[in-house]
Amino acid sequence: MFPTPVERRSVAVQTTYKALLPLALILWLLPLLMVALFSIKPDADFTQGNLWSWPSTFAGVENYTRVFTDSAMPRYLLNSVFITVPTVIGAVALSCMTGFALGVYRFKGNIWIFFMFVAGNFVPFQILMVPVRDLTVNLGLYDTRLGLVLFHIAFQTGFCTLFMRNFIRALPRELIEAARVEGVSEIRIFWYVVLPLMRPAIAALSVLIFTFIWNDYFWAVVLTQGVESQPVTAGITAFNSQFRAAYHMMSAGSIIAALPPVMMFFLMQKHFIAGLTLGAVK
Amino acid sequence: MRLAPWLFLAPGIAFFAIYVILPIFQSFHISLYRWDGLGDARYIGLQNYERLLDDPAFYTSLWNNVRWLVLYLLAIPAGLFIALFLNQQVRGIRLYKSLFFFPFVISQVVVGLVFAWFYNPSIGLLNPLIGLFGFGPVNILGNPNTVTYGIIAAGLWPQVAYCMILYLTGLNAVDPEQVEAARLDGAKGWKMLWYVILPQLRPATFIAIVVTVIGALRSFDMISVMTSGGPFGSSRVLAYYMFEVSLSEYGFRMGYGAAIAVVLFLIMMVYIAFFLWRMFREERGV
Repeated sequence: MFPTPVERRSVAVQTTYKALLPLALILWLLPLLMVALFSIKPDADFTQGNLWSWPSTFAGVENYTRVFTDSAMPRYLLNSVFITVPTVIGAVALSCMTGFALGVYRFKGNIWIFFMFVAGNFVPFQILMVPVRDLTVNLGLYDTRLGLVLFHIAFQTGFCTLFMRNFIRALPRELIEAARVEGVSEIRIFWYVVLPLMRPAIAALSVLIFTFIWNDYFWAVVLTQGVESQPVTAGITAFNSQFRAAYHMMSAGSIIAALPPVMMFFLMQKHFIAGLTLGAVK
Repeated sequence: MRLAPWLFLAPGIAFFAIYVILPIFQSFHISLYRWDGLGDARYIGLQNYERLLDDPAFYTSLWNNVRWLVLYLLAIPAGLFIALFLNQQVRGIRLYKSLFFFPFVISQVVVGLVFAWFYNPSIGLLNPLIGLFGFGPVNILGNPNTVTYGIIAAGLWPQVAYCMILYLTGLNAVDPEQVEAARLDGAKGWKMLWYVILPQLRPATFIAIVVTVIGALRSFDMISVMTSGGPFGSSRVLAYYMFEVSLSEYGFRMGYGAAIAVVLFLIMMVYIAFFLWRMFREERGV
């Protein structure tokens, strides 16, 4: 292991290391801790300038409740769910198929189609913005959740295909060859042989795409505009103008908006990191 | 059998072609027109590009993009540093790793807000903090000379976390026998890192560079949330300026916006080509 494990070093080094860990963490998360502290303070603390003291009264329950009762936040959160979940399902479904086709079959043009997906996945959003907005308007889907979902599915298919194809390439080919010799049809090979083996990849991708889409802001402001369809990333700006300068409320609102992907991460950590670091090890 | 792959590919390719591939060409096309997004478009040749050359806001944005690109790369050594710090097996270390990583999971919008408040001269923690060391109060986001650095610092926070997790995974896979052998040969510290560890971390470094460069050129959310490009347009980057030109109160100049997008796309294309070329070599090798 590198660096040398602290257990193999002097007691002094070990103690210093264990003391440094929490200190470094607090420093690292300082801006966030500040916002967390704000979110449980009562309004009075801000008007009296008690910014950094312990909250004079614990107002956490009140502030967080107000986020749900006095604002459109529940609606935005719901919109985010209705945008994110269908996108995850759509993009994963499409890329299971494209990944299977590109990973299993050898045919002319295979690598070029693969490269098209990979390259498209890296383009700046702005080069797509005007035409995609135009297309969405023409389809009558501007300012609808469906309009956002369709675009997200299409764009995420690029990254998902890269992921799935590489995953399928690493599966043992003998399984597929054996099934072919038995005369199993291609669609049944896909469904009964390959798909069950792809479970870890599907789990990892789902968690990743959930986070990416939940956190999307650019397409939310380009393709939607009102409370009817905007996700929480875009809704938080409206929320903040409603509670202008009420920092305890804005802090609580931001934490609520950020929470779902954070929970997803802590619950599905193994899959999340497996997905994110694919290719980081050879 | 011949047809099978194409049937599996058809829905994915159709979606991708309509929403990603075609729009790229359409943007090139639109950049040759004057168009407000609603009425008739008028063909004006390369005039949009000629105007870009005389547009000071374009140069400000381009220059800020360079700063983003260069400074964002600091996420790689910083991520490596934290990964080395956390690559131990003391109790509770897994929780520490997760907590160090989780800024990456928060949306950039919220990261932007959190840092905007952190920098805020009247309520932020930054000024009292640097006051302890005798530095005067600063208004990072209100000063055209510091605003971009302030936003980049906020952007680095999740990006460092990302690079850290890449390196932690990489360090996990470092061959312990090689490390022990090098130790017996007397290698340690920097020498060990440089000659033994880093070469084994190359796949992680490569991915870290790719995602960091792409992330730097994609920067939009934080600028929009923290400053809306201000003060006086001094924190714009190409991605943000393009949006402002095409879809904001400054008017719907789709053609001009598309021209900016084309420039950004061509810059990005250098990296995409580099990535594909590397991938192509690897595929050949297999």
